[in-house]
Amino acid sequence: MSAVNAPSPGGWREWLMSDRPQSRRQAALGRAYGGWRTFSRNRLAMLGLAIVIALLLVALFANQLAPYSPYIGDLRTTRLLPPSAAHWFGTDDQGRDILSRIIHGSRITLFVVVLVAILAAPIGLVVGTVAGYSGGLIDAALMRITDIFLAFPRLILALAFVAALGPGIENAVIAIAITSWPPYARIARAETLTIRQADYIAAVQLMGASPWRIVLRHIMPLCVSSVIVRVTLDMAGIILTAAGLGFLGLGAQPPTPEWGAMIANGRLYVLDQWWVAAAPGAAIFLVSLAFNLLGDGLRDALDPKGVK
Amino acid sequence: MQNSGIRKPGCLLGAAAFAMLMAGSALAATPKDTLVVVWAFDDTITMDPAESFEISAGEFMGNSYDRLLRYDVNDPSKLLPDLAKSWTVSPDGKTFTFELREGAKFASGNPVTSEDVAFSLQRAVTLDKTPAFILTQFGLTKDNVKDKVKATGPLTVTLETDKSYAPSFVLNCMTANVAAILDKKLVMSKEQNGDLGYAWLKTNYAGSGPLKIREWRANEILAMERNDNYYGEKSKLARVIYRHVKEAATQRLLLEKGDADIARNLTPQDLDALKANKDIKETGTPKGTVYYISLNQKNPNLAKPEVREAMKWLVDYDAIGDTLIKNIGIVHQNFLPVGLLGASTEKPFKLDVDKAKGLLAKAGLPNGFKVTMDVRTVQPVQGIAEAVQQTAKRAGIDIEIIPGDGKQTLTKYRARTHDMYIGQWGADYWDPHTNADTFARNPDNSDDAKSKPLAWRNAWAIPELTKKADAAALERDTEKRKGMYTEMQAEFRQTSPFVLIYQMNEVAAYRANVENLKIGPTSDATYMFKVTKQ
Amino acid sequence: MTIAEQTRGGGRRSARLLRGADTVGRFLLVIFLTYLGLLAVTFFIGRVIPIDPVLAVVGDRAPEHVIQRVREEMGLNKPLWEQFFIYCRKVLQGDFGTSVLTSNPVMQDIRRAFPATIELATLGTIMGAGLGVPLGVWAAVRRGGVADQLVRVMGLIGYSVPIFWLGLMGLLVFYARLGWVGGPGRIDVAYEYSLTPVTGFMLLDTAIAGEWEAFGNAFSHLILPASLLGYFSLAYISRMTRSFMLNELNQEYVIAARAKGLTETRIIWRHALRNAMVPLVTVIALSYAGLLEGSVLTETVFAWPGLGLYITNSLQNADMNAVLGGTIVVGSIFIGLNLLSDILYRLLDPRTKTR
Repeated sequence: MSAVNAPSPGGWREWLMSDRPQSRRQAALGRAYGGWRTFSRNRLAMLGLAIVIALLLVALFANQLAPYSPYIGDLRTTRLLPPSAAHWFGTDDQGRDILSRIIHGSRITLFVVVLVAILAAPIGLVVGTVAGYSGGLIDAALMRITDIFLAFPRLILALAFVAALGPGIENAVIAIAITSWPPYARIARAETLTIRQADYIAAVQLMGASPWRIVLRHIMPLCVSSVIVRVTLDMAGIILTAAGLGFLGLGAQPPTPEWGAMIANGRLYVLDQWWVAAAPGAAIFLVSLAFNLLGDGLRDALDPKGVK
Repeated sequence: MQNSGIRKPGCLLGAAAFAMLMAGSALAATPKDTLVVVWAFDDTITMDPAESFEISAGEFMGNSYDRLLRYDVNDPSKLLPDLAKSWTVSPDGKTFTFELREGAKFASGNPVTSEDVAFSLQRAVTLDKTPAFILTQFGLTKDNVKDKVKATGPLTVTLETDKSYAPSFVLNCMTANVAAILDKKLVMSKEQNGDLGYAWLKTNYAGSGPLKIREWRANEILAMERNDNYYGEKSKLARVIYRHVKEAATQRLLLEKGDADIARNLTPQDLDALKANKDIKETGTPKGTVYYISLNQKNPNLAKPEVREAMKWLVDYDAIGDTLIKNIGIVHQNFLPVGLLGASTEKPFKLDVDKAKGLLAKAGLPNGFKVTMDVRTVQPVQGIAEAVQQTAKRAGIDIEIIPGDGKQTLTKYRARTHDMYIGQWGADYWDPHTNADTFARNPDNSDDAKSKPLAWRNAWAIPELTKKADAAALERDTEKRKGMYTEMQAEFRQTSPFVLIYQMNEVAAYRANVENLKIGPTSDATYMFKVTKQ
Repeated sequence: MTIAEQTRGGGRRSARLLRGADTVGRFLLVIFLTYLGLLAVTFFIGRVIPIDPVLAVVGDRAPEHVIQRVREEMGLNKPLWEQFFIYCRKVLQGDFGTSVLTSNPVMQDIRRAFPATIELATLGTIMGAGLGVPLGVWAAVRRGGVADQLVRVMGLIGYSVPIFWLGLMGLLVFYARLGWVGGPGRIDVAYEYSLTPVTGFMLLDTAIAGEWEAFGNAFSHLILPASLLGYFSLAYISRMTRSFMLNELNQEYVIAARAKGLTETRIIWRHALRNAMVPLVTVIALSYAGLLEGSVLTETVFAWPGLGLYITNSLQNADMNAVLGGTIVVGSIFIGLNLLSDILYRLLDPRTKTR
């Protein structure tokens, strides 16, 4: 916590691995370090991490990396060209370079994934912890609502919401978020049910803390890690749902290079110009796989209860 | 030991692979007496001619129901007798008398009489479903139809109109599906609560046409069989089966594999690729359908005449014609499709960004503006929208595309809350008035107007043009009438908020053993009963 | 007794009371409320969607007076809550209304669409479970080894690949290029016409009719989409099997059995798997439910006239009777299979019995 406890430069590792942490921060960092050691031993997970980092870089430097504009093509001269040195992944039906579109599309994928996670996870967390802690009627009511949302086929519900909200990637994000919080609520509730029996919660209660304070300060933080793991594992699902919406013609607005919409477009040409659909499909696959590998590794590393 | 854990999935995998191989059955061709058509016909919602108004349903009706007359598919300006063997028009032009053919029978075996004809027309007017306007525009109403349409003899029927319209206009309308002749006895035997058989006919058949409808399952299949009671030359095919297949690529596969005889919704690329296939042939006919982009006059920028014109210079017609609509469309810049009386083939517009920029500057918008366009997520419409988006951008006009399903964009369009809209309009019947009525007529531009033609939907107030369109519908001299439409089209090209892009060319690809397939100019004139198979 | 138990004592007692009252009546109430919520959500989404339902009925060309008349006939000019009330009352009378798109009663449509989905989902689940369970066991036994990694990667790929893309590529390769499998749809058109649907399941119908050629044809259409769905459920099932098996293999009874000298085969397949089967049944049931809910994307790619496609299609046309009917069926599957897996869990798990 203070400079007094700071270890000598060479002793970082010992300090982190210490069995007797001197401070909360040391304990937390120590746990994180332990997790990282487990994680980094997992080669597949590291591969996933590498791809995700690559995705971040590609999205960040899309303007520098893309050889052409993702929006401008020439119907007459560059339409539906097969992969070549000039166009590595070929061109689409508007004559646009597919590689450039995929590079720019990475931004949309990241945008969707991050935003859905930011929106859905907190909703699930709040609903789950409140339900779990309150019990009784509130629990029953909240869990009924959760069940109602779970009882819908996810994609159809998302479809309905997009149709109601209107097209656009932001609305697709909202629709996906609305349909993806229930599992988080269930996890958070299950965690809360075990945590709320803990002695320290009782102690806080005796000290007169308000229920909101208990949920927010003492229960929620403990549920966060399992929800994060679940969210990471779900990232692939989110990407696939977004792509599915794009594929069904909802979600992205043309000429946005959303990968799912690109497949939908390529579907018309799949028999002769297979590359139009193949490249964005492969991109979705690669990124989903990366998030899955990452989530898998994270779960092994962070979740002490998870089977290793 | 642990080996068993390995062996078990191993043999299961083997079993699955074996099953996969077994599944590779021989792909047989379709039976000789059966024609299999793959087509996207999810728009069909009823089998009742009095209500049916969808493109695909038009074809089903055209093959299964006779009407008084049909137009000649080889020269649509000519009329041919169908159930009426002859017809006359009274000197005042208000009374039409039809003489029916003797000995014609319905598929049920009941004879075709003037009672059936009168009943059919009266029923369509009384039910007053969507296509009823084709008949009611001649002054027929629920209350007077029994007097205006009468069986005056066992085989004689008269029709009385409220004004003396161009005879060709009235007779052309009698070829429409809504004027199909129903088996009165059969329909009335199925009547419930005075519904004139409406509930029953939705999914059943009561006609006399060359083919009879055996079964319709929405979005799946429509099966027709030869009607052995047909008065004319009987169909060579025992049955015609339409199978709903939405995907063009799928249709092409089915066709190539011989699982289908005719594929109807192929893309330009598919048609190009199939040209190399010896076993497949193609046939096409320009249809009465035009594709356009419209500009809502409620949007102050789009309401400027210069902007309206500028938009017409910002479409790369030629490039679109050579790529996106190659094989399936012909660039066309007039509201009357080629084939209709008086249709113009003038094409003054081409991509000219500088000219458009000049016009925009004149309109006080030298830097362009932002605008939205509602687009259905189907090809080639979406592709054209994207192409126009690109070219318009070069003049500074920033088009935001709002994609949507068909019904969704249409709902918005009909509420006049769009900026720009890309859509198509197909002729309802084979007469120029059908398109003039919607593009060039807007009798009431108020929000709660009684009729909502395309001009209304884009808030284009045109009292003068409306008058001209009305006059043309009443002109009985065909040559004069033609001239009036030519004039209207010239004015329309210059001033209208409609950027006409192309006329649809419907192409079907078919197996080489199929013969006598001809796509009709309207959907109800694609006659499958004339097709033969080797 | 810890402090926590003391303070939560009241809550726990009431929980126990509730559990005591966990009777059929309460259960029915819960189901009823879930349904009502399901209906309300669907209904209001349907009404908020900016699609005019009248358009689906009368089309674009209808004169204004026809549109107004139909709007009134459909009751769309009434306030929302009243429409909802009318709808609920009809549903209670067993009337789900008529689909605008197909002109058929909604239940008739669903009776036709649902078998298509069941056929696909059942074969998919059989393939997924039949392969996924052994693979999961294998991975657990060879934990950390090549086999484990292989199964893991295979599962992760299943989680990662867009199914519509894989289906598209599958059609391209196996149907278009190789001609090994049947194309989109459930059966070749020529057969479809000659068949009279008895059960609605193509395989059964053709078998009943003794049309073995048609049976083979139906199977060749079914195999590719079913394999795809099977692969996806395999990914899930093998992963869960692995983790359940690992759990079991760490249990004391396994060590005891080993000490007793039982063969490893017997320990794994007879003892450990049997115990792992308990939670696995739930997993398989849920994955089956997932497939039954209608795999919209698979059905879209393969033009499979199932429930998912039906609901989506209806939704895009604001054909609300059809959407609501479909949703009720799907919701019932979810609730039903959840319930079933719950019951199975209690029946199979010796621990829940003693409690």
